Amino acid sequence: MGIDLSVEIGGIRMRNPVMVASGTFGYGPEYADLVDLNRLGAIVVKGISPKPVMGNPPARTVETVGGLINAIGLQNPGLEGFLRDGLPFLRGYNVPVIVNIWGRTVEEYEEVAAGFEGAEGVAGLEVNVSCPNIKEGSALFGGDPALFRRVVSAVRAKTRRPLIVKLAPDLSRVAEYARAAEGCGADAISLINSIPAMAIDIETRRPRLGNVSGGLSGPAIKPIALKMVWEAARAVKIPVIGIGGIACAADAIEFLLAGATAVAVGTATFLNPAAAIEIAEGIGDYLARHGLGHVRDVTGGLRS
Amino acid sequence: MENAQILEHRDIQGGYKRLVLRAPGIAPEVRPGQFVHLRVPHLEAAVLRRPFSVFDARDGALSILYKDAGHGTAVLKGAAPGETVSLIGPLGRGFPAECGGRMPVLVAGGYGMAALHLLARALPRRGIAFFGGKTADDVLCVDEFEALGWPVRIATEDGSLGERGLVTAPLDEWMKKPPREGVELFACGPMGMLRAIGERAIAGGWKAWLSLDRHMGCGVGACLTCVQKIHAPDGGWTWQRVCREGPVFESREIVWEDE
Repeated sequence: MGIDLSVEIGGIRMRNPVMVASGTFGYGPEYADLVDLNRLGAIVVKGISPKPVMGNPPARTVETVGGLINAIGLQNPGLEGFLRDGLPFLRGYNVPVIVNIWGRTVEEYEEVAAGFEGAEGVAGLEVNVSCPNIKEGSALFGGDPALFRRVVSAVRAKTRRPLIVKLAPDLSRVAEYARAAEGCGADAISLINSIPAMAIDIETRRPRLGNVSGGLSGPAIKPIALKMVWEAARAVKIPVIGIGGIACAADAIEFLLAGATAVAVGTATFLNPAAAIEIAEGIGDYLARHGLGHVRDVTGGLRS
Repeated sequence: MENAQILEHRDIQGGYKRLVLRAPGIAPEVRPGQFVHLRVPHLEAAVLRRPFSVFDARDGALSILYKDAGHGTAVLKGAAPGETVSLIGPLGRGFPAECGGRMPVLVAGGYGMAALHLLARALPRRGIAFFGGKTADDVLCVDEFEALGWPVRIATEDGSLGERGLVTAPLDEWMKKPPREGVELFACGPMGMLRAIGERAIAGGWKAWLSLDRHMGCGVGACLTCVQKIHAPDGGWTWQRVCREGPVFESREIVWEDE
């Protein structure tokens, strides 16, 4: 009844502000039997690199209190494999598809970005400059401001599609990176990626992950993510996508109040495949309860 | 996805429990060797579900067996009849419920037998079952397999039930005189046991269908936690998802990692 949940992120029109985060939703078919993909705000597919990547040896995830440490290692079918085997399935749905992309060099970022220029059914790109799980490459790009600018500018030059830059969870410099992304032509920023973390089996004295360390996600990181999203949103004019431990509508509304235009649900999908859809409904209920007509009336509504 | 009501929750023996759930949506769909992904109620600190082989499915209900072994199952054991539990399933590619005219041989380590029970009912003929465990407490539901017409040979590592040793000992003894029509092996248990069964199958020219018990994340193929190295047609290898392409693989598909 007069409640509008739709948002626009750098030209990507979404029916509601709740996306599913990269790496937690596969390429669509995995959850298609369990939830109606057309009710999602957008699907951000698992990160694609120019060539196929096998990823890390098991164990690849470990559950911690309120969180999950993952070290999948960006396993993916590569640009060609995804265009051939992944994207056609998603074209059958009426939901914006955002392709998360990454590379090991600036040239690889350019290659994969350029590779989606002619692809039908891609609403936008999300550049991963922040994955903690590969030894070379993305983490480095996210941790060096000059390289960060080079990557974002290079990708910008290769794509006319809406461009989202996913920031590393760098506690001390989030505003700086947010402004750098904006300055290099990003249409939006998303944050946070998982936070570097590890766990040890005290009986065997070995790391619990095959890769030794990984990235922590889930409710455990939500307060940290919220603070960074708040800082980033104050630093830039482009839309911010809030990510980090969102498991219910109240969590999502916190991110909106902190300045996010949209949110992405990640780890929560594993426990409840319908989490993103239920969160969108819950945001609608919140708007109704507060007499608000549009979700934009919540964004940045934090009172000091 | 279904909210299933707990009908029955009881001790079997030695820390093993049986949970019976009313799941009219999922139960009729379950094929032998498939699993359900269960959200443990009241486990606030958890971010993952837990996978369980479906032990039995009939009359709109399904049952699982588990051992109180981790913090998830420690909380699960407190769930009472009448409570509801969220299930996703049935999931995975289970056992082929046929044996090509050969004699079916079931091999279970510990609660691995849970994955074989529906198969024991569905196979077109009866063969023989071998159950192994650390102690007598780890050998479960022998009566139920016998009631389905399966003779069960037992081995325990401490000798408290059946013969002393690993389950492969009575299996090897029996396989010295295999039936003329050959055998088809179906197994679930720890990786070491599965590898031993797989090696025997390859050496003997039989097929062994092995159900892998692996730590899982999403359970539906999205997160790529539960990957297993599988031989690729080009001579290399590829990852397959135990939750999606498995949990059952034929022994020749699996690339065994050298310890």
